[in-house]
Amino acid sequence: MSNFTRRKFLKVTGVAAAASSALAFSSFAIGGAKKKVVIVGGGIGGATAAKYLRMMDSSIEVTLIEANKDYYTCFMSNEVLGGDRSIDSIRFGYTGLAGHGVTVVHDWVSGIDADKRVVTTKGGKSFPYDRCIVSPGVDFKWDAIEGYDEKVAEKIPHAWKAGSQTVTLRKQLEAMRDGGTVLIVPPPNPFRCPPGPYERASQIAHYLKNNKPKSKVIILDPKDKFSKFGLFMDGWKRHYGYGTGNSLITWVSGADGGAVEAVDAKTMTVQAAVEEFKADVINIIPAQKAGKIAFAAGLTNDKGWCPINGKTFESTVHKNIHVIGDSAIASPLPKSGYAANSEAKVCAAAIVALLNGGKAPQPSYVNTCYSIIAPGDGISVAMVYAYKDGKIIKVKGSGGLTPSEFDPDMRAREVLYAHSWFNNITADVFG
Amino acid sequence: MKRKLALSAVLIASGFAFSTSAMAETPSATMLAYTCVGCHGTNGNSNGPATPSLAGASKDYFIEIMGYYASGERASTIMGRIAKGYTKEEIEAMAGFFSKQKFVPAKGQKFDAKLVKKGAKLHKKYCEKCHEDGGSSSEDDAGILAGQWAPYLKYTLADMMAGKSHMSKKMKKKLNKLHKKAGDAGIEQLLHYYASKK
Repeated sequence: MSNFTRRKFLKVTGVAAAASSALAFSSFAIGGAKKKVVIVGGGIGGATAAKYLRMMDSSIEVTLIEANKDYYTCFMSNEVLGGDRSIDSIRFGYTGLAGHGVTVVHDWVSGIDADKRVVTTKGGKSFPYDRCIVSPGVDFKWDAIEGYDEKVAEKIPHAWKAGSQTVTLRKQLEAMRDGGTVLIVPPPNPFRCPPGPYERASQIAHYLKNNKPKSKVIILDPKDKFSKFGLFMDGWKRHYGYGTGNSLITWVSGADGGAVEAVDAKTMTVQAAVEEFKADVINIIPAQKAGKIAFAAGLTNDKGWCPINGKTFESTVHKNIHVIGDSAIASPLPKSGYAANSEAKVCAAAIVALLNGGKAPQPSYVNTCYSIIAPGDGISVAMVYAYKDGKIIKVKGSGGLTPSEFDPDMRAREVLYAHSWFNNITADVFG
Repeated sequence: MKRKLALSAVLIASGFAFSTSAMAETPSATMLAYTCVGCHGTNGNSNGPATPSLAGASKDYFIEIMGYYASGERASTIMGRIAKGYTKEEIEAMAGFFSKQKFVPAKGQKFDAKLVKKGAKLHKKYCEKCHEDGGSSSEDDAGILAGQWAPYLKYTLADMMAGKSHMSKKMKKKLNKLHKKAGDAGIEQLLHYYASKK
């Protein structure tokens, strides 16, 4: 019966449906033919999918299971570190989704039975589904750097999942002496929010410039290049003296020995490939993999991410389970908030079609991502994506970066558009 | 008749799925428009402070502006890069979607009553002929000005006056006249007037 689509129902019981009124039809729906979608994870991907499923087909029962009562967006959390934004301004709740008829359950998902189509929780509840969406974000590879683990992260924050970690790092920056050293350790590829560590360095440098100008930011990077590279370098030169003897920011590339091997939380020392670095504040962003539940449900490949069909986001491992957001292998789409929002809508449209006996529609996706180098100096990257010959592709001629030639008027506009982006995407996800 | 009712209820409930089933390669209007609203607000009504609302824009206006973005005839930060990613058919589909959405005027914009009064006069004299009903109409393919986000209008006018964005001959004439008469202050008054419209 759970496979019984409503379209089929109409065909089979056409006479009965014709004889009954619209009201009777909907009362039958309440009686048991309702399709159930269970969503695991209430971040950008999961929350968007929940809302848009209900907007596209209000006859579907949507349950969203999320451990936390509040969600703190990772995007714009660097402005909290820089001091220009409050932590409360990046906090969102789930009452908006409830308003769309989504059942929100605060619990921790412990397992997904792909054969029986049931999601189980730590709280001991079971949620049967016709289709399941898994959107757990990223998990950290805690064993990648010696001396760094979940416990140490309380003292040496990653702040790569926003909330209390962001607050801890901000407080450490506030408490730091003038003349102190802040170490930022970005992760190897692939990871959530590719330009994020470098916007973070910018925002922290912006705070230090105005409050503790004798201080330094050192980035110890395992990589030799990063997202928006030229734009960041140019911005750092203009704002933070990058390249001079008195630079607020130093970037040590992988080739120059930037890869970090070990950390000693007691002495606040980091062992990089060539040198040892001592710091007052350390921010380690660990290497990443798909969220825990993706592993528990067997949705991951040998690299620790979830292979999917780009048209539906259905897992290529387990039928009827879709994976969206940072955990999914949706390349060339990046692991970004906007991509998660875009993927969620494509996935929701596919699920609505499939549950109604139709075919998944032709997708369209977009990514738009802003970084704020300093107040009044914003940069962006954008791209339009299509689905062709079984693959997600970049649409030729579209997208790209903010022009490299510095135009103060346009850069100021980009900041205002970045803040608009934040207001609109959060309203689109949680409103 | 009853069957029709029952079926149409299903169609409305799952309009998305049905509207796309006939499409082969071009994504549906809804599919395309949903990629825009992450930046422009759900259904194209922006929460600001700068990104413009798209809801209620006339179909032809939307198509025209997207064309200028794609060709570079309209200055932009990011829209030039995005507009290049769509075919004509796709732009038309998006335009259709947003033209059917109800425009909600921007909330919480500040304005000065004295400037609004002056702006109202300027609007009436120089703009009302095309931007009817105090700039709130999208008829005859005019952009909606009343209740649009003010920074966006300010940038657009500045780019047009600087020759960085295309402007119709008619508008060029009127805008130049307004600017000659009232100067930059006049532009500011006009923006206050549109911001005051709720």
